[in-house]
Amino acid sequence: MTEHLKMDKVQPRMLDETGQGAITVPMDRPEGRLKVAGQATYAAEYKAENMAYGVLVRATITKGQVTSIDEGSVTSLPGVLGVFATGKMPRSPAQGTAGAAPIQPEGRVDYFGQPIAVIVAESFEQARHAASNLKIAYEAETAETDPETASEIDVPDGQLLDQGDIEAAMSDAAFTVDATYTTPPHNSAAMEPHASLAEWHGDNLVLHGAYQMLKFNREELADSLGIDPEKVRIHSPYVGGGFGGKLGISQEAIAAAVAARELKRPVRVVMARQQVFEMTMRRTESRQRVRLAADKDGKITGLAHEDRVSNLPEEGFSEPTAVASHFLYGGENRFFRQEVARIHRTTAGSVRAPGEAIGQLALECAMDELAEKTGIDPVQLRIQNIPEKHPESGLPFSSNSLAQCLTDGAERFGWSERKGVGKRREGEWFVGMGVASAARTNILMESRARVTLNPDGTALVETDMTDIGTGTYAILGQIAAEMLGLPTEKVTVELGDTNLPGASGSGGSWGAASAGSSVFLGAKAIRSKIAKSLGCAPEELRLKDGIATGANNRRPLAELMSGPISEEGHIEPGTTMEEFAQSGFGAHFCEVGVNAVTGEVRVRRMLAVFAAGRILNEKTARSQGHGGMIWGIGSALTEAIEHDPRDGRIVNHDFAEYHMPVHLDVPDLDVMFVEELDDHSNPLQSKGIGELGLSGAGAAVANAIYNACGVRVRDYPATPDKIFPHLPE
Amino acid sequence: MRSFEYIRASKPEDAVRSGATIIAGGTNLLDLMKLEVMTPETLVDVTRLDMKSIDADDDGVRIGALVTNSDLAADPHIRRDYAVLSRALLAGASGQLRNKATTGGNLLQRTRCTYFTDTSQPCNKRDPGSGCAAIGGKNRILAILGASEKCIATHPSDMAVAMRALDARVEIRGHDGEIRLATLDDFYLLPGGNPEKETILGEGDLITSIHIPKPEPGKHIYRKVRDRSSYAFALVSVGGVLGIEGGKIAHASLAFGGLAPRPWRNAELEHALVGQTPDAALFDRAADILLADAKGQGDNDFKIPLARRTLKAALRELTGVSQ
Ligand SMILES: Cc1cc2nc3c(=O)[nH]c(=O)nc-3n(C[C@H](O)[C@H](O)[C@H](O)COP(=O)(O)OP(=O)(O)OC[C@H]3O[C@@H](n4cnc5c(N)ncnc54)[C@H](O)[C@@H]3O)c2cc1C
Ligand code: SF4
Repeated sequence: MTEHLKMDKVQPRMLDETGQGAITVPMDRPEGRLKVAGQATYAAEYKAENMAYGVLVRATITKGQVTSIDEGSVTSLPGVLGVFATGKMPRSPAQGTAGAAPIQPEGRVDYFGQPIAVIVAESFEQARHAASNLKIAYEAETAETDPETASEIDVPDGQLLDQGDIEAAMSDAAFTVDATYTTPPHNSAAMEPHASLAEWHGDNLVLHGAYQMLKFNREELADSLGIDPEKVRIHSPYVGGGFGGKLGISQEAIAAAVAARELKRPVRVVMARQQVFEMTMRRTESRQRVRLAADKDGKITGLAHEDRVSNLPEEGFSEPTAVASHFLYGGENRFFRQEVARIHRTTAGSVRAPGEAIGQLALECAMDELAEKTGIDPVQLRIQNIPEKHPESGLPFSSNSLAQCLTDGAERFGWSERKGVGKRREGEWFVGMGVASAARTNILMESRARVTLNPDGTALVETDMTDIGTGTYAILGQIAAEMLGLPTEKVTVELGDTNLPGASGSGGSWGAASAGSSVFLGAKAIRSKIAKSLGCAPEELRLKDGIATGANNRRPLAELMSGPISEEGHIEPGTTMEEFAQSGFGAHFCEVGVNAVTGEVRVRRMLAVFAAGRILNEKTARSQGHGGMIWGIGSALTEAIEHDPRDGRIVNHDFAEYHMPVHLDVPDLDVMFVEELDDHSNPLQSKGIGELGLSGAGAAVANAIYNACGVRVRDYPATPDKIFPHLPE
Repeated sequence: MRSFEYIRASKPEDAVRSGATIIAGGTNLLDLMKLEVMTPETLVDVTRLDMKSIDADDDGVRIGALVTNSDLAADPHIRRDYAVLSRALLAGASGQLRNKATTGGNLLQRTRCTYFTDTSQPCNKRDPGSGCAAIGGKNRILAILGASEKCIATHPSDMAVAMRALDARVEIRGHDGEIRLATLDDFYLLPGGNPEKETILGEGDLITSIHIPKPEPGKHIYRKVRDRSSYAFALVSVGGVLGIEGGKIAHASLAFGGLAPRPWRNAELEHALVGQTPDAALFDRAADILLADAKGQGDNDFKIPLARRTLKAALRELTGVSQ
């Protein structure tokens, strides 16, 4: 049976009543030990009998057509089995939730580094050697690679909004900010590279991969190969980080499947780190102009956020840069416009918090500039501009605790100690503090899970949901345990297999809410059955530690059950998503030191306060906060893909030169949650948290730099060369 | 990666093989082999050779070529008498890499120029005569001093900067078994028209040890400016030793990283300092001398003012004179 819920109205706060004590507690991830002990098998570690090794071959031109591939240049090399997939090779990975094949350009090249074939050999080293020596002839065309000078510019549908009169608001305002910010491209840079092992059993394909959204990935893979999705099984129980980089099926999976079919033996393809940078999604670079108009009291009367991003021709995705600028602050006069430059750089797609991550680097910096102009404390300025309802749609917020995040955070951080610009100096270091708001839209997605309760007091949760390192195994087990009245260690969670009921996948911060709700519903259906056996109404039933209580009756589960009870939970978004503006909120506080000689910035401490509805596991939620804040430090200070100005090639395509924060860049991070339940979000009353921690974090760092030394970096990241020239020698 | 023959040397003579490449820690060589930037047919593993000791006496120290960067940085003699070296080592790479990386290998690590490591790109160092893609490309990390029209790469080592400031000499065992010593000045070649030739080492030459004379008493400094707090190569680094007597600079030896194709040292600069009373004007003069011939390539123009600021700050710290 299936327990189905379309989220059309407020649901009872059942998790407040159940009383098992499994939910919210900071439980360790059950698979954590396996992972740190190297016993969790990741995609690149699967082996199959008689397996061959594939290595992708990249284009070394920016745009044009492959005219010939000289297979003879490699087939005589030792171990080489052949060159494959030239016709089926996709240009780019599928965009998130595409559910259909990505463009397969048949030898047309649209960016430097695009995969055009896979070479398969008896060993990985042989394949890699052949891949670097395959002779390919091209007919090259000139290509535009600079978004600033591109001749083809689109304004995507729905990315233009003109409300009131922004020009008039700007000219009438007592205070204005009109500033342009730029952010560089990023890569998801997950520790685990993209990897797939393809095995055919007759017409049926089994793929061991590293993917975030299996239900969609299966459709994408099948469509790419031209086969029935029923014949495809994807297995992805552990994913070594996704961050958007593994949302859609990528080239190595399709290449492995094609080569394995032709060779009639299993083929494994693992991308090298350089290939991950060149072939998979990057976050677009952006140029953002933010205008703010405020009256003499610092009330915002106008807000405009315009941006230029880029992508390849015919790619549907464009970074929703201004997404949170639509609702973070009020103001009657509003203007938004996006331009997408069509250029020949590596495909742009979703990277953790698409939109918010870079949009808030600009908006929250502009708010700091407005605070300075109006002379109002930046915390206060933000609080006083929080709108009552969505300033464009007029919808009420499902919950909005931004003011509390800012207030509680200021108190805990010691914000009142903040000095004027350049006023605090410790030896060679300027020291300053910054603040920024965080917002990340909350989303519920359709999701299914099967929950089975056994008479011995154990339970099983099954869904094709993925755990990309975030704690999905933990929280799904906790939800089932809480609902079924079992200690968490009695619940086994099986994930990452398309043979299991289809889930939302991990992306858009919706995984915990969506997959979690489906588990909740499955367990709820089981509760109804138990209530019936016990002879009480479901609302009266108490389940705790394997004992059912209700209607003056108290029985162990084993006595009530003649066998396992299995129920499927199925959640779908409903009208609460249309009738309420839903978002997680938060506030970041940061203290930095800026070296007066070199302009080097060191983050000294950081606090984030989040409001994300019910916290399902305090530990994994905190870790998401930490990860987001660290990403924010990277966005503010170090991370940037560099493209060669001549051919768009990614120059710094490895971890030596693509600088993510290292331990020494990350101080003690403090994370706090405000108490909040969101009745309109889902039956768990939770909101997404995976991307909230990153939203705004980098702006708090940049604002702290300004407070420390008076240098306003509007061109992220704030590397030393952008700071020291403005400091006295 | 191209397949190769692997030989383990059990005595120095084994390291002398025609066409063979020496492997020590492998932290640089293996990366370059995977990318086919280096494609040796034969690897000679020298890590079993007896070149692992640090021998210090009153005159100086002799460091075996196989001493790891971690061991060298932690050695009590080095920490006490050659502090600049210990600090430079600890400012480089990561703990894991330093555990594996050797003294000889560190001296010979190749440039981090990203065009050098991508075989699709023209690079005179990797493929002589093919051109230099870094000129006109992304060159933020490349050289402002000592470069040529053929190559603008930097030498990435921190350790070598300290050694250059300490007047280290490289002990080389030639293919004929003969031992010779070369100062780092002589050891590293400037790119000129042949950037592929980086050192005086010829075929069959093995670095056996490094000799460093004991520095005169003075203050040591190693200051490295980088894009993140750790695990990043120097944008600019300054290392050296300076002594003051009677209010005047008695001796100064300074070397620079991140600026040039080899650890950089400028005799004129040191000469200008010695015998002088330290003050801001003197530090400015020193920076003028260092950067007189500096030339930016666009992205790396900032290194010129950054080197000036860093040198002056280092001199302030070394002399205790802040004005
Ligand atoms: C990500 C990363 C970051 C790094 N960051 C830094 C940094 O910040 N600062 C820094 O200074 N370094 C840094 N390094 C470089 C590191 O210090 C070098 O890789 C290391 O010192 C090389 O030593 P090895 O013994 O591993 O050399 P190998 O890789 O074994 O050899 C390097 C070269 O030296 C030759 N060779 C080795 N030993 C001898 C010998 N005895 N005689 C003759 N030839 C020999 C080899 O043939 C080879 O050409 C970094 C490296 C990496 C990978
Ligand atoms: S700078 Fe030197 S190493 Fe870099 S591409 Fe030019 S020649 Fe090659």
